[in-house]
Amino acid sequence: MNEQPKPKKQIGAPMNRVDGHQKVTGAATYSAEYQLPNITYAVLVGSTVTKGRLTGLDTKAAERAPGVLAVISHLNAPKPPGPKPEGKDPSQPQTQGNPLQVFNDDKIRFNDQPIAIVVADSWERARYAAGLVKAQYAKEAHQTNLEENKSNAFLPTAAKKNPKNPMNDYQRGQVDAYKTGAVKLEAEYVIPTEVHHPMELQAITAHWEAPDRLTLYDKTQGTMATRRDFAKQWGLPEENVKVIATYVGGAFGNALHSWPHESAAILAAKVVNRPVKLMLTREQMFTMVGYRPYTWQKLGMSATPDGKITAITHESVGQTSTYEEFTESTLAQTRMMYQSPNVTTRYRLAALDISSPIWMRGPGEATGAFALESAMDEMAYLLNIDPLEFRLRNYTEQDPEKNKPWSTKFLKECYQLGADRIGWSKRQLKPGSLRDGDWLIGYGMGVGTFGAHRGAATVGAQLLANGTVLLQCATTDIGPGTGTAMTQIAADTLGISPDKIRFELGNSSFPKAGTQGGSSTVNSVGPATQEACLALKDKLRTLAGANNPAFASARKEDVTMQDGYLTVGGNKDTRVSYADLLKQAGGTAVMVEAKPGGEGQKYSMYSFSVHFAEVRVHQLTGEVRVSKLVSCADAGTIVNEKTAGNQMKGGAVGGIGMALMEHARIDDRFGRYVTKDFADYHVPVHADSPAVEVAFVNQPDPYVNALGTKGIGEIAIIGVAPAIANAVFNATGKRIRELPITPDKLI
Amino acid sequence: MNQFQYVRPTKQQAAIDAVAKDATATFIAGGTNLVDLMKRGVMTPQKLVDINRLPLTRIDADPGKLRIGALALNSTVADDKQVRARQPLLALALNAGASAQLRNMATVGGNMLQRTRCSYFYDTTMPCNKREPGTGCGALEGINRMHAIFGFSDKCIAVHPSDMSVALVALDATVQVSGPKGNRSIPFAELHRLPGDMPQKDTTLEPGELITAVDVPDGPFTKHVHYQKVRERASYAFALLSVAAALDLDSNNNIKAARLAMGGVAHKPWRLTAAEQALVGKPATEESFRQAAAIAMQGAKAFKHNAYKLKLGPNTIIQALKTAASVA
Ligand SMILES: Cc1cc2nc3c(=O)[nH]c(=O)nc-3n(C[C@H](O)[C@H](O)[C@H](O)COP(=O)(O)OP(=O)(O)OC[C@H]3O[C@@H](n4cnc5c(N)ncnc54)[C@H](O)[C@@H]3O)c2cc1C
Ligand code: SF4
Repeated sequence: MNEQPKPKKQIGAPMNRVDGHQKVTGAATYSAEYQLPNITYAVLVGSTVTKGRLTGLDTKAAERAPGVLAVISHLNAPKPPGPKPEGKDPSQPQTQGNPLQVFNDDKIRFNDQPIAIVVADSWERARYAAGLVKAQYAKEAHQTNLEENKSNAFLPTAAKKNPKNPMNDYQRGQVDAYKTGAVKLEAEYVIPTEVHHPMELQAITAHWEAPDRLTLYDKTQGTMATRRDFAKQWGLPEENVKVIATYVGGAFGNALHSWPHESAAILAAKVVNRPVKLMLTREQMFTMVGYRPYTWQKLGMSATPDGKITAITHESVGQTSTYEEFTESTLAQTRMMYQSPNVTTRYRLAALDISSPIWMRGPGEATGAFALESAMDEMAYLLNIDPLEFRLRNYTEQDPEKNKPWSTKFLKECYQLGADRIGWSKRQLKPGSLRDGDWLIGYGMGVGTFGAHRGAATVGAQLLANGTVLLQCATTDIGPGTGTAMTQIAADTLGISPDKIRFELGNSSFPKAGTQGGSSTVNSVGPATQEACLALKDKLRTLAGANNPAFASARKEDVTMQDGYLTVGGNKDTRVSYADLLKQAGGTAVMVEAKPGGEGQKYSMYSFSVHFAEVRVHQLTGEVRVSKLVSCADAGTIVNEKTAGNQMKGGAVGGIGMALMEHARIDDRFGRYVTKDFADYHVPVHADSPAVEVAFVNQPDPYVNALGTKGIGEIAIIGVAPAIANAVFNATGKRIRELPITPDKLI
Repeated sequence: MNQFQYVRPTKQQAAIDAVAKDATATFIAGGTNLVDLMKRGVMTPQKLVDINRLPLTRIDADPGKLRIGALALNSTVADDKQVRARQPLLALALNAGASAQLRNMATVGGNMLQRTRCSYFYDTTMPCNKREPGTGCGALEGINRMHAIFGFSDKCIAVHPSDMSVALVALDATVQVSGPKGNRSIPFAELHRLPGDMPQKDTTLEPGELITAVDVPDGPFTKHVHYQKVRERASYAFALLSVAAALDLDSNNNIKAARLAMGGVAHKPWRLTAAEQALVGKPATEESFRQAAAIAMQGAKAFKHNAYKLKLGPNTIIQALKTAASVA
């Protein structure tokens, strides 16, 4: 027998991105870069009032402007045959679907709502003409301030209708028991509106290839969800709509929904009967594609003098629009992170005259963790206990909410790793103890958790004549490196080199997968890739059996693929060439759907993270610099150390933005944002971020899937902002409960 | 953006004539401010007179002064050996502004004439007396955390955003101007004006007047200088507030001369002469700095969201002076 050396294991290796070269050389094609024949360009005109009715729209000058093909508004827009948003059933949890129908009526529901779209033969001409559209309004009084509308907050309709809905009030033990606790605190926390702002602006190229066949090159996190939404809107069979999102230049959640601008571009393409390209401006990114909702929270906590939590009550009011009820899991971490016999949570919404929010990285969990993890720090100080020790005293060995064992939980290990790396022992319990000249130094920590979600996914696999294995799946890659991770999984499963694998994604005609969001892609598409590769091997074994009986009795694990031949365990005598296999009828293609089993019934599955920050606060100017940031995660198996590390670092930088600068401000008199560009809406620059240190426990979870993964994207940011806020307290003795922590709040 | 004509004269007089004779014409240099404002519809010139072909890029190290051409790039000036040796405060202030890419485009003339960053000024749907006289001041009762604490009027409370200007006013610079009526010099402190009843007018320049150079006289401030800029992130942000400080110290560490100016507090770079005088003859100690800072803040008044500047102002002055004094 002629044993082949075992190929190098790819899972876990820090492999470079398979599409890295395309991305950095500009060869990758993004949604706004498809130059279709006959293409046209569109620009949206937004409402300048916040609420009311459009009483007049003068489009004559725009229509006469050079190069203009159409100006479309509610006055002349064809009505798509699909269901109207007014008829939307609010008992359904708000997810993808039912985008605000544009140009449907004269109603204005938020400032900068699209009221017209101008299509021209060049982008410059479309933009010029858009400036010529004049609107008249009958204004109505509007509400854009959550603080002023807290008293009108309501339980989400979906929760009212369904007692099992997780947005309902939660109770374990006594109601609001913290009020009678031995040591207690009660504090309010605010996270302002934050906007995703990925580097790539939202863009779509819409092309009606036939009156009933639509192709969209669209920035979306879910090709299938987008296909479903617009097929429904236009009353088309789903297979008549094709959605392509081969490359997505970041999204952070803002491409989880179908938005008005997409509807508008599709309408416009119908009217001009040519492909239409529409890219939002940076200003429009504030108003048209969602945001992290402004959220007010109140947290009450009590503990025994020796540091056992006895009760927590956590309430929140988040903003939503008047036409959709957006909900998120702001209070989830409070229910399961710490051992407390009494826990109360109350989630409410306030509907304002603003556009709809959408999940933004770490979504509600990151918002909630700011309150919970700040309160944990506050309580530790009240008790005079080290905040890490306080968390250890309240560590949960099983899920206290669901009363189930954790599938895996290595959070203690994360604590240890992080504490060592940041130098937690240097930290002084008394605030303001450490300094370097005028800079006060402080340390803080924050914990994050997010459900290890897994959905069904299908992957297709086939052997090509050139010896490459082609894998296809409708999933997207908004930046985490999905194609790279899947290539590694396939390489190990097939036992071939990664450069013999091509993983294609971002196309709704590929085998189906869910939307990329909620840290679920590797958990879901990973096992589908693995199983598709195994099925391919089995198929090849069967085909080879026709030429060589050795295969008939071989186990599929023993089938080896190398240098254009299939062998049993590398034995040259059993060689069957790929060419021979491909000659056989039926081809090699397989398609496998992988679904989660019943493990979720038995175990509670979460990823965990802890973030440790060292900050320096200037005692005169109030400037805060994060001088060290260590993020440690229990995310199950790490498929690619490099891309996983990259996720953690990106999340940490996002957390710095959340903690120190991101704040979209509305002038409530007008209902308009006053921070409409990157000069006014700050995100971190390089100088704001230290070299983030990342450590993974890297222990497989045996229950989420066969790979052992649990998900990384969200826990990378959840807990970062409170870690920084807690470090600021440790440095200065000032507890900032309203983000962001800008110099004006510290001096 | 509106449609416009574009000309690129090579003769200074032609450029001046082009703007002087056409009320809708305007100069364009690096374009980093003007083009943004045109894209947002805030400025709508019918004609752009590109001055980049004029020979105004030189930095002349004359005896007693530096003459910096109006078209010298911000990055060129900040890196210039003579500037760094003779006016290090100017180099520090320039490098505190914008980003390396912008400084490579932006000119000295354009920098001092950049317009306010008030959000209401930038949004053509909002009221703003500076953009559209008579519409009201959006910031007065709006979100005014970036706004003035000195020298404002009830018509406008905006601040001048340039960092470079703060150093130039501290250094007693002079602006050289050429216009339809000939040449004149304007002391830097008189270039920008307070809003009063005419917030639409940022400066004392007459229509068609072209800035050709800025002169910075030599002085004793070659060592103990500092530009302290407080902003909401570590770089690439406009100042919440900034301070340019320059000290001349004797061998006993007593102050022989001082220069002090603040940015982000008024419609013009805000020179603090009373505080400067209070420092002269005093030891360079935190106590002296504290007293000067208190004097500097006299007369400051805050609005709803910018009261923090009443504290950030003196603190930043103290920090700037401390750093300047300790520069070895
Ligand atoms: C994102 C961003 C961040 C920034 N951050 C900062 C910062 O932190 N600090 C800071 O100080 N600045 C900052 N800036 C502003 C920047 O410094 C100015 O845009 C720049 O200096 C303007 O120079 P310019 O040559 O491009 O001027 P232009 O845009 O060409 O012109 C500006 C104005 O000056 C007039 N003008 C220009 N030259 C002359 C002349 N010789 N004579 C008469 N009139 C003239 C023009 O007509 C125009 O009205 C920032 C800008 C941007 C876009
Ligand atoms: S402060 Fe000045 S620039 Fe700002 S809105 Fe008022 S008038 Fe306009």
